[in-house]
Amino acid sequence: MQSYRLRRLTVQLLFLLGMGLLAARAVELQVFKHDFLQQQALSRHTRVLEIPAHRGDILDRNGEPLAISTPVASIWANPRELELTPELAAGLSQLIGIGQADLMEKIRANGDKQFIYLKRQLQPEIGEAVVKLGLRGIGVEREYRRFYPKGEVFGHLLGFTNIDDQGQEGLERAYDEWLSGEPGAKRVLREGRGRPIDDLDLIKPAKPGKTLQLSVDARIQYLAYRELKAAVEANQAESGSVVVMDPMTGQVLAMVNQPRFNPNVRSQLRGRLYRNRAITDVFEPGSAVKPFTIACAIETGQFEPSSKIDTSPGLMRVSGFPIRDSHNLGVIDLTTLIAKSSNVGASKVAMQLAPADLWNVFHQVGFGQTTGSGFPAEASGVLRDYTQWYPLDQATLAFGYGFSVTALQLAEAYSVLAANGVYRPVSFVLNDQQEQAQEVLSAGTTQKVRKMMQRVVQPQGTGYRAAIEGYSVAGKTGTARKIVGGAYSEDHYTAVFAGMVPADNPRLVAVVVIHSPSAGHFYGGDVAAPVFSKLMSAALRLLNIAPDALEARAVSPRRGGAI
Amino acid sequence: MPGYNARYPRNTLTTMYSPDQDYAPSRLKALLWRLRLDPILVAGLLALLVLSSLILFSASDQNNAVVLRQITRFAFAFTVMFAIARLGTHTLYLWTPTLYVLSLLLLLAVLVFGASGKGAQRWLDLGLIRFQPSELMKLAMPMMMAFFFAERRMPPSMRDIAMAFALVLIPTFLIYKQPDLGTALLVASSGLVVIFLAGLRWRTLLLIVATFAASAPVLWHFMHDYQRRRILTFIKPESDPLGAGYHILQSKIALGSGGFYGRGWLQGTQSQLNFLPEQTTDFIFSVYGEEFGLLGVLTLFSVYLLLVLRGFYIAWNAQDSYGRLLAASISMTFFIYFFVNVGMVSGLLPVVGVPLPLISYGGSSMVTLMAGFGILMAIQSERRLLTK
Repeated sequence: MQSYRLRRLTVQLLFLLGMGLLAARAVELQVFKHDFLQQQALSRHTRVLEIPAHRGDILDRNGEPLAISTPVASIWANPRELELTPELAAGLSQLIGIGQADLMEKIRANGDKQFIYLKRQLQPEIGEAVVKLGLRGIGVEREYRRFYPKGEVFGHLLGFTNIDDQGQEGLERAYDEWLSGEPGAKRVLREGRGRPIDDLDLIKPAKPGKTLQLSVDARIQYLAYRELKAAVEANQAESGSVVVMDPMTGQVLAMVNQPRFNPNVRSQLRGRLYRNRAITDVFEPGSAVKPFTIACAIETGQFEPSSKIDTSPGLMRVSGFPIRDSHNLGVIDLTTLIAKSSNVGASKVAMQLAPADLWNVFHQVGFGQTTGSGFPAEASGVLRDYTQWYPLDQATLAFGYGFSVTALQLAEAYSVLAANGVYRPVSFVLNDQQEQAQEVLSAGTTQKVRKMMQRVVQPQGTGYRAAIEGYSVAGKTGTARKIVGGAYSEDHYTAVFAGMVPADNPRLVAVVVIHSPSAGHFYGGDVAAPVFSKLMSAALRLLNIAPDALEARAVSPRRGGAI
Repeated sequence: MPGYNARYPRNTLTTMYSPDQDYAPSRLKALLWRLRLDPILVAGLLALLVLSSLILFSASDQNNAVVLRQITRFAFAFTVMFAIARLGTHTLYLWTPTLYVLSLLLLLAVLVFGASGKGAQRWLDLGLIRFQPSELMKLAMPMMMAFFFAERRMPPSMRDIAMAFALVLIPTFLIYKQPDLGTALLVASSGLVVIFLAGLRWRTLLLIVATFAASAPVLWHFMHDYQRRRILTFIKPESDPLGAGYHILQSKIALGSGGFYGRGWLQGTQSQLNFLPEQTTDFIFSVYGEEFGLLGVLTLFSVYLLLVLRGFYIAWNAQDSYGRLLAASISMTFFIYFFVNVGMVSGLLPVVGVPLPLISYGGSSMVTLMAGFGILMAIQSERRLLTK
C-alpha cells in the first residue's frame, strides 16, 4: 500500500509538473517575450510596398504626347507559399494568358524562390480579377508601362524603356533622370496569403518624374519620316537619315532614320533597327563639306566668290593620288566651283590655305566632336588634328574625304552657315538654355557662301531637284563612295543633300543622308535632294513661313540641266 | 471474475439516492446526482464548451455554422456520456475484453480496408458513417489494462508485466502504422499509466526508460520523413522559418503578441489575417492565447486542472482496483492530450497532430473524450451509491 501511495503521488506530481510547465511557458511567451514576439508579428503582418513613380511624359514642342505612362498590373508569385490546385491553376493561367503547363513549370523551376513575376504589364482589370481569385502566394503589383502613341515615327529619337521603366535608348535614356520620378513607400497590413489588405501609413509619397518637352515638331517629324521612308524604298537603299534643325536656336525639329522600329513592340528591339543612325553612324560626307572649305577661303580674305580657279583638265595629282572632276570644268569662279561641285577646284583652294585655318573652321562648326546632345552612343566622327596632316589629307578634306561626320553634325555645321556664323550647340529640348552660342564665322562670309550655295539648286547646279517653288534654297549635294571592306567601293555610295531655306534668312536647315541606294541613281542630287525639296516645302507651309522668291519662279519656271 | 457481481450488487437509482454530508443538497445538484452526472465535471465541461464556442467563432472567421455544428456535436457527445454514466462499473468491467478485442480487429481492418485521408489510413467507411477505430481503442485500452490488473496480486509478476506491455504495444503499433503517431502515443500512455499505478517496479521502469533512450536512434530509423522533419523543426524552428518551422513560429508569435490581457475577442491579427495553420483544430490554442492573453490562458488551464483533479479524486476514491486504475488512466490521458497539444502549439514539443481536447473543432475525439468522462461519472456514482 505504501508503494501504491507513492505511485499515486508520482502521477499527481507529474500532472502538476506538466501543468506548471505549460503555465510557465505561457508566462514566458506572453509576458517576458511579449514585446519581441509582438514586434515579430508586426513585421510579418506589415510589409513595406514600393509606390511606383509615374514617369514623366515626353511631349513635342506643341504639347503633342510622344511618350506616356499608363498604369498596368504585374502578377507575381511566391512559389514557397503557393498552393495551386489544377483548377486554380487553370483559372489563373487563363486570366493571365500563360499556358497551364508553362505556368506550373515556371513555378516548379523556381520552387525555392520567394518572388517571381508570372506575367508583367497586364491591364489593370486583369490584375483586379487575379486579386479576386484570392490565391495564397499570388500577388499583384501596380506598375506603369510606357506607351509611344506615334510608334515608329519617333522610335529612334525617343528610344525606349526596359520593363522596369528605366530609359535604355534614345532620349528616354539621355533624360532618364529627369523623366523618372522617385518611387515612394507605404506600409500595408497583409494577410497570411501575402495579400495587402489595408494601407497603414505612407512612409514616402512617390515623386512623379518631370515632363520633357522636346523641341521636335511632331508634324515635321512625320513629314520627314514619310519622305525618307518613301525615298529609301524607291531607291532600294540600305539606310537613311534626315535631320531638320532650327538654325536660330540650335534646336532639332525632326530626326528620323531608316530602317525603323516600333518602340511599342518589344520583338523589334534589335540594334540594327533601333540604332539612331543620324547620331551613332559616321560617314564620309563628300562634297557636302565644300561650303566650309570655301567659307574658310573667304574668311581668310585670300579668296572672293568671284576668284578664278583653273580646274583643267579635271584631274590633278596630290602625292601621286588622283583627284578627279566628273568632267573638265576649265577655269571657274568659286560660285561655279560649289554649283558644279569641283573636287579639283576645292582641293586647289584648300592647298592654298593654312592647315590651321582650315582645321579651325571645320573644328568650330562641330566636326570631329560630339554635339553635346547627351544622346547615348553619340559618335564624334573623325577630324584629325592638322599637325598630323599630309598634303593629301588637306586636299581630300576639302571635298569631304578622309574624315567622317554624323548626319546631326552636318546639320549642326550647316546651321552655322544659316545662322550667320553663330555656332549653337544642338538641343532636343524646348526652353534649353543657350549659353554657349559663339560666333565662329563672320556674318559676311556666311552670307556669301549661302549666296553661292543657292546656285547649287538652280537649273545648272547639281542639286536642282532640291528647289522649292516660291522659296530660295541654299544647299549642297554630296556623293561619296563608301568604304566597303577597307577600300572605296564602286557601287556603294552615300548620297547627301544638306541645305537651308529661305536662303537669305534661313529658318530651317535639313540634312538628308541615304546610304547605298541601289535602284540606279546614287548622286546626292538625284537621291537626297528630292527628299529635301518635298520635306521642306511641306514644312515651310506648316510653319507659315512666307515665300521669298515668288518672282524667281517666274524667271525660271523650267527645271533641269546638267548632272 | 465471479466474485465481482456478488460484491457490488446492481443498484437502481430511485432506491439508492439520499443526500449526504459531502454534498450540499441543492435542487440542481440533487437532479444531477439522480442522473448520475458529476456536477463538478459537468461544470468544467460546460465551461470548455463556452470557451470553445467563443474561440471557434473567431477562428472560423465568424462562421455561425461552425459553432453550431460544434455545439450539436457536444450535445451528441454529452448524450453518449450520459448513457455511459448510467452503466454500472460491473457492466463496463464485463464488456471490457470484448471491447478490446473488437477495437483490435477494427484496427486491423483499417490497415486492410481503411479509407485514406490526408495521407493516413485512419477511417473505416461503414457506408453511412465513417468511423475511426483508434478512437474506440482510446477507451478500450485503459479499460483493458484496468481489467487486466484489477484481480491480480500486487505487485504484479514479471510475466504479468510483460503481458500487459504486449496488450499496450500491439494496438499502439497498429495505430502507429496508419500512421497516426499522436493517437498512438496517447493510447500507449493511457495503458502505461495503468501499468505504472498497478505496481511496475521502479527498477523495471528505469530499465524501460533506459532502453527507450538507447533505442531512440533505431526509432529514428523507422520514422517517416515528415515525423523526422517535425522533430528537427522542433529542435530548431528558426532553421526553416518558411517551411516546416513556419507553423511553430507563427503560433509562438500569436501567443506572445497576446500578452497579458490579449488582443481581445475577434482581434487576433495572426488568426484573423490567416497566418496560423489549422486554426480551428490543432492550432486553436494559439488563436485563444492571442485573443484572450495570459489571463484567458490561465483561466483555460484552471478548467483543465479542475477536470483532471476531479478525475484523480474519483480515482483515488474508487471502490475497487478496476475503477481506480481506469479513472486514473482516463484522467491522466485527458491531461496528456491537453499537454501534448498546448506543448506543441507553444513550441515545447514537436508538432504532433493532437487537437486541444473539447476545444478544437472536430467530432470523433469529442465523443471519445466525453465517453471517458461518462466512465469517470459511472465510477463516481458507484462509490457514492455504495458508501451510502
